[in-house]
Amino acid sequence: MSGIIEARFRTGFKGGFSLDIDLRLPAAGLTALFGHSGSGKTTTLRCIAGLNRAEGTLRVDGETWQDKKRFLPVHRRPLAYVFQEASLFPHLSVRKNLEYGARRIPDQDRRIQFGQAAEWLGLSALLDRRPANLSGGERQRVAVARALLTSPRLLLMDEPLSALDHKSKREILPYLEHLRDALSIPILYVTHSPDEVARLADHLVVLDKGRVLANGHLTETLARLDLPIGQDEDTGIALEAKVVERDARWHLMRVAFPGGSLWIRDHGQAIGQKVRMRVLARDVSLALERQDASSILNILPATVTGSVPTDHPAVVLTQVRLGHPLPGSNTGIPANQNDRTIKHIDGTTPLISRLTARSSEALALSPGKPVWAHIKSAAVLE
Amino acid sequence: MTFDWSPVLLSLKLATITTLVLLIVGTPIAWRLARLRHWIKQPLVSLVALPLVLPPTVLGFYLLLVLAPNGFVGQIVKGMGLGTIPFTFPGLVIASVFYSLPFAVQPLQNAFEGLGERPLEVASTLRATPLDRFFTVVVPLARPGFLTAAVLSFAHTIGEFGVVLMIGGNIPGQTKVLSVAIYDHVETLEYDQAHVMSAGMLVFAFTVLLVLYAVNGRIAVAEKS
Repeated sequence: MSGIIEARFRTGFKGGFSLDIDLRLPAAGLTALFGHSGSGKTTTLRCIAGLNRAEGTLRVDGETWQDKKRFLPVHRRPLAYVFQEASLFPHLSVRKNLEYGARRIPDQDRRIQFGQAAEWLGLSALLDRRPANLSGGERQRVAVARALLTSPRLLLMDEPLSALDHKSKREILPYLEHLRDALSIPILYVTHSPDEVARLADHLVVLDKGRVLANGHLTETLARLDLPIGQDEDTGIALEAKVVERDARWHLMRVAFPGGSLWIRDHGQAIGQKVRMRVLARDVSLALERQDASSILNILPATVTGSVPTDHPAVVLTQVRLGHPLPGSNTGIPANQNDRTIKHIDGTTPLISRLTARSSEALALSPGKPVWAHIKSAAVLE
Repeated sequence: MTFDWSPVLLSLKLATITTLVLLIVGTPIAWRLARLRHWIKQPLVSLVALPLVLPPTVLGFYLLLVLAPNGFVGQIVKGMGLGTIPFTFPGLVIASVFYSLPFAVQPLQNAFEGLGERPLEVASTLRATPLDRFFTVVVPLARPGFLTAAVLSFAHTIGEFGVVLMIGGNIPGQTKVLSVAIYDHVETLEYDQAHVMSAGMLVFAFTVLLVLYAVNGRIAVAEKS
């Protein structure tokens, strides 16, 4: 099937770790493979690249790269791979590093030009340097450009930011966001950072102990209460919204998404532009009545769709859905773990709210109950 | 005193040819050993290292048995109409290759193992075929290993004595190399000749090692800066 990446791998390794995955991923946008160490996310990526050999099937956009009979060697797969450490060739200059892959593809396959990649990643001033004379962030940018210059049909990135310090991370993130939006190349991005997931991913796969726990649209998957993405302070959802209105007097802008809209601080984006936001569970409170006499600006009607206890007996996480789901539709928590095609359900958006168990009981919150979500703040990710 | 240059030239010729053969033969052996993940690796590594610890006479003795006209290899060679091997220059080259094999294989193997998998994986994701990866990534990155292998093979071949005597004998112009010539001079009490040759060897050996360490040091510094 075109437009889809189908990856099925089964393998056992020494030391008890085994991988058993069956993924269907969109061959577009950025898909984050999220999991803790030992979850199999890097192994999955390496199997897709052909760097690890596992029994299985791999079809990318209708083309078979691996099945029972064939195994396309790495150098014949039209992919690019960015490793955790930049792994530049130390004996070659930046320019020669960039040209290494570019020279090895046929001319008719070249869709990304040297100058373009160098400009995208801000490398023009570095071309004659040696890798040893670059900072960590610069090296990783060279590695990304070098990968792009093979004009890949699939870009694989294995924790490209995790070896960098905080400052280099902040420096390189905007480049990655730009690439995600400017390229029509699907990106598979391995990470253990919920921040990077919130900021970069369109689609999210959660792995644990070599198994797929979830695979779906970013917002919907982050809103699932049954996943180990975070039962901590940072639990929350991320979503993409569109700027629709501006209040110049109070420096606010209204951003809309399926099922609702929020007034947030004006960050200067033009009307119609997209912004990515994070709404943390601790910033969402629930009430049975709309409390207008409040400092909270954003009060939206919602429906309770589920609730789970947390590590602490006093605290529960409750999922609500903004907008009104059509009668008979599901609750947003897919019954099947492998449900891969979940989108914004019926034009609604889920939120997670962090409440005390006492409040939850006092309000008698149970699935189906209409409530008002009071949203204290929503952070724009930039 | 007339100085006989022929043993010097013969030694240089022998060492040059042996080094070339060793680089060609030793590189694939070292590569294979560096990549091997099997219990057979340690026995093979030990086998290659044998000439380091064996008395040269032992190696020479077995080579003589195998290469002799009625030996296993000797019969094949004779059958092909190529004459005999012992006490000829080609015989010396064969013996030298075995004798100096660890001096070529070990530095190369260490250099290859030091590279790790990563540069090769990177090159393969950048569409380089296995042979392409070897010549554009492995060879340049393992350059100090190649240099060490070449210099040590060359110097060790110049210095060999026991194996030469066993396989080559002492035929002037054909198998009488420098070390054998020195031995001859000492035996016949021609100390002047022995002095010149020995001092020359001493200076040569020191110079070779000095250049090797200096160049390898420079490469290491250049790749860091």
